Amino acid sequence: MALKTYREALREALREEMIRDERVLIMGQEVGVWGGTYAVTRGLLDEFGEKRVIDTPIAEEAIVGAAIGAAMGGLRPVAELMTINFSLVAMDQIVNNMAKIRFMFGGQMTIPLVVRTPAGWGQLAATHSQTFESWFAHIPGLTVVMPSTPADAKGLLKTAIRSENPVMFIEHARLYGTKGEVPEVEYTLPMGVPDVKRAGRDVTIVTYSRMVNVALEAAETLARDGIECEVVDLRTLRPLNLAAVYGSVEKTHRAIILEEDWTTCGMGAEIAARIGRDRFDSLDAPVERLGQVEAPIPYAKNLEALMFPDEALLIGKVRGMLA
Amino acid sequence: MGGTKRSNSSESDRDRMRVTREEALALFRKMSQIRRFEERAEEAYGRGMIGGFLHLYIGEEAIAVGALAGLEPEDDVITHYRDHGYVLARGVDPKRVMAELYGKSTGLGKGKGGSMHLADVSRHLWGGYAVVGGHVPLAAGLALANQYRNLPRVVSCFLGDGATNIGTFFSSLNMAALWKLPLVVIVENNRYGMGTAVKRASAVEDIYRKASAFNIPAVRIDGNDVLAVRDAVRDMARTARAGGGPQMIEAMTYRFRGHSMGDPQRYRSREEVEAAKAADPIDRWRRYILERNLAEEEELERVIGEIETELEEAVRFAEESPAPEPAELCFDVVVEE
Ligand SMILES: Cc1ncc(C[n+]2csc(CCOP(=O)(O)OP(=O)(O)O)c2C)c(N)n1
Ligand SMILES: [Mg+2]
Repeated sequence: MALKTYREALREALREEMIRDERVLIMGQEVGVWGGTYAVTRGLLDEFGEKRVIDTPIAEEAIVGAAIGAAMGGLRPVAELMTINFSLVAMDQIVNNMAKIRFMFGGQMTIPLVVRTPAGWGQLAATHSQTFESWFAHIPGLTVVMPSTPADAKGLLKTAIRSENPVMFIEHARLYGTKGEVPEVEYTLPMGVPDVKRAGRDVTIVTYSRMVNVALEAAETLARDGIECEVVDLRTLRPLNLAAVYGSVEKTHRAIILEEDWTTCGMGAEIAARIGRDRFDSLDAPVERLGQVEAPIPYAKNLEALMFPDEALLIGKVRGMLA
Repeated sequence: MGGTKRSNSSESDRDRMRVTREEALALFRKMSQIRRFEERAEEAYGRGMIGGFLHLYIGEEAIAVGALAGLEPEDDVITHYRDHGYVLARGVDPKRVMAELYGKSTGLGKGKGGSMHLADVSRHLWGGYAVVGGHVPLAAGLALANQYRNLPRVVSCFLGDGATNIGTFFSSLNMAALWKLPLVVIVENNRYGMGTAVKRASAVEDIYRKASAFNIPAVRIDGNDVLAVRDAVRDMARTARAGGGPQMIEAMTYRFRGHSMGDPQRYRSREEVEAAKAADPIDRWRRYILERNLAEEEELERVIGEIETELEEAVRFAEESPAPEPAELCFDVVVEE
C-alpha cells in the first residue's frame, strides 16, 4: 500500500490502461497541453503523444458523440467533460446514443466508452456547482460510478475502461486532493458492489462520493456518545446493488441516505423506496434522507455553506432517528 | 469562399459519366427496389401492420443509390431516420428490412429499432438516427477510429437540409476539419424539414456554403441524377481517403410523399409536388438507359418483375415472422459482464 491522492490514483488507472491497451485514448477539453483542468491527465500527453491524448474544441455534444462513434469503430475512448454541469450540453448524446445504441440496433454494437467528469462546488454559483448523478442513474444502458476513495477510484476506473458497456464515471472536485491507501499491485474492483466503510449496529448511513467522508466523520463523533453508525458506500449507482444495505438494515433497523444532490427525485428516493419494499419488516423508523437545500446553489460563501449536508446536520438527523 | 466550389461538369467529368450496361441495370434495379419497397411499406402501414413513424424516401432514391455506388463496400455509412434507401442500396435483404418495419424478431434490429433505426454492422451500416443531427458527431467519431487504426475507410454521413441548422452539425464539422477526418457529409436538400421550407429555416439557402466556415470543400449537385451523385461521392471519398479531410455534398432533391405518414402537407401545393415529379430520378434513369441503348424496355420490365417477386416474399416473410419474445426486452440493454 502507498498513500496517494484521488487524482494520482485516477491518473495511474488511466496510464496503466493506456499501456495495457493501445485502443485506449483520452479526449476532452484541456486534457493534453494544459494537463487536465483538475490535473488528472497531467503528463499523459508527454508520455503517449497527441494521437492518444486529444485536446478537443469546446463542444460537449461533439466530444461525447465522437467518443461514442470512436467506440463503435473499435476504440476504447475515455472522454473527459470538464465538469458534470457541462454534461447537460451532451445530454442527447449520453441518453439517446451512448445508452441506447446497443439495444436499439438489436445488440449489433458495443460502446466501450468511459465519460469521466467531476461534480463539486466552491463558490462557483448556480450553474457550476451541481451533481446530476441521479439523472444518469435513471437511464437503462448506462453504468454510473461515483467513487469516494483513491483506491476505489483507481480500481473502478480500470474496470470501467475494460468494460464493454458505456460508463459515466463521476469524480468529485473536492476529492482530488484527498489521500488514501492504494494497493501497489495491479488490481481492479467490480461494478455494482458497495463497500461497508465503517461497521456499526445502530443506524445505517447509505451514501457515496464525497458524502462518505462526511458520514465517516459524523460516525466518529456519534461513536463518542455510544451511537454506532454503519456507513455503506454504494460506489456504483447503476447497477444499484443494495444487498449490503439490506444486510445492514436487518441489523440496525434504521437507515438514512446521505447525498450531496437535491433529494427530490434523487438517489435517496430510489433507495428509500427499495428498502421500504424489501425490508419493511426490519425497519423501526421511516427511512430518512438528507441532501442539499432545494434551491439553486448560491455564490456567497455563507449561503453556500448552508446548502450542503454536513456532519452537524447528519448528526442531528441520526440522533432524531434514535430518539 | 475558402475551399468551397460549385460543381461544373468539365469534359473529363462527362467522360467519366459513362456507365457500363451492367452498372446501369444495377442502379436501375436498386432505385426501383427502394421505390417499390416503400410503396409496399406504405400499403402495409395503411393496413396497420407497421406502426409509429414511417418516413418515405420516394423521390430521393438516386442519392442513396448513387452515393453507395461511389463508395467501397467497407466504407462506413451512418444516416438519419429516412433510412430504408441506404440499407437496401448496400444490399441488405429486403426481408430483414421489412421485418424490422413490422417489428418482428427477424428484423435487422430484432424489431427493437423500427423503420427509423436500421443498422447492419456486418455491412458497415452504423444505423439510422432519429434525433435530428444526433448522428453527426458519431460519424466524426467513426472517422476518428478509422484514422487512428490506419484503416482506408471513409465514413459517409447522410442528413437532411433541416439538420444543418442544429449545433451538432457545426461542432462536428469543425472537429472533423480540425482533425482532417476521412468523412464525406451528404446533405439531402429535399427543400423541407417537416413543413418548413429551407428559406424559412436557414439563413443561408445555399447549404453547401455552410461548409466554407470550416474550410471544408463542398459542392452542390443534382441529387436526382444518380451518376452525378455517384461521381461526386467517389471524388470526395477519394480525397478524404487520401488524407484530404472532410468533404461535403449538397444533393438537391425533392420528397414526393409527406414528411411521414399522415402529413396533410399544408405547406406546399399539389402543383409544386406534381412539377417536381417531372424530375423523378427513376424515370430519368430509365430514359437515360433507353436513349443510350444500355438496355431494352423488356429487360427493365423483367427487372421490375423480379423486384415484385422479391418484395412479395419480403412482405410474406415479415408477416409470417414471429414477434420478439417478451424476454427480448431484457437483452442487449447492457453487455453482461
Ligand atoms: C432534435 C430534434 N428536433 C425535432 C425533431 C422532429 N423532426 C423529425 S424530422 C424533422 C425534420 C428534419 O428535416 P430534414 O433534416 O430536412 O430531413 P428530412 O426529414 O427532410 O429528410 C423534425 C423537425 C427531431 N426528430 N429531433
Ligand atoms: Mg429536408
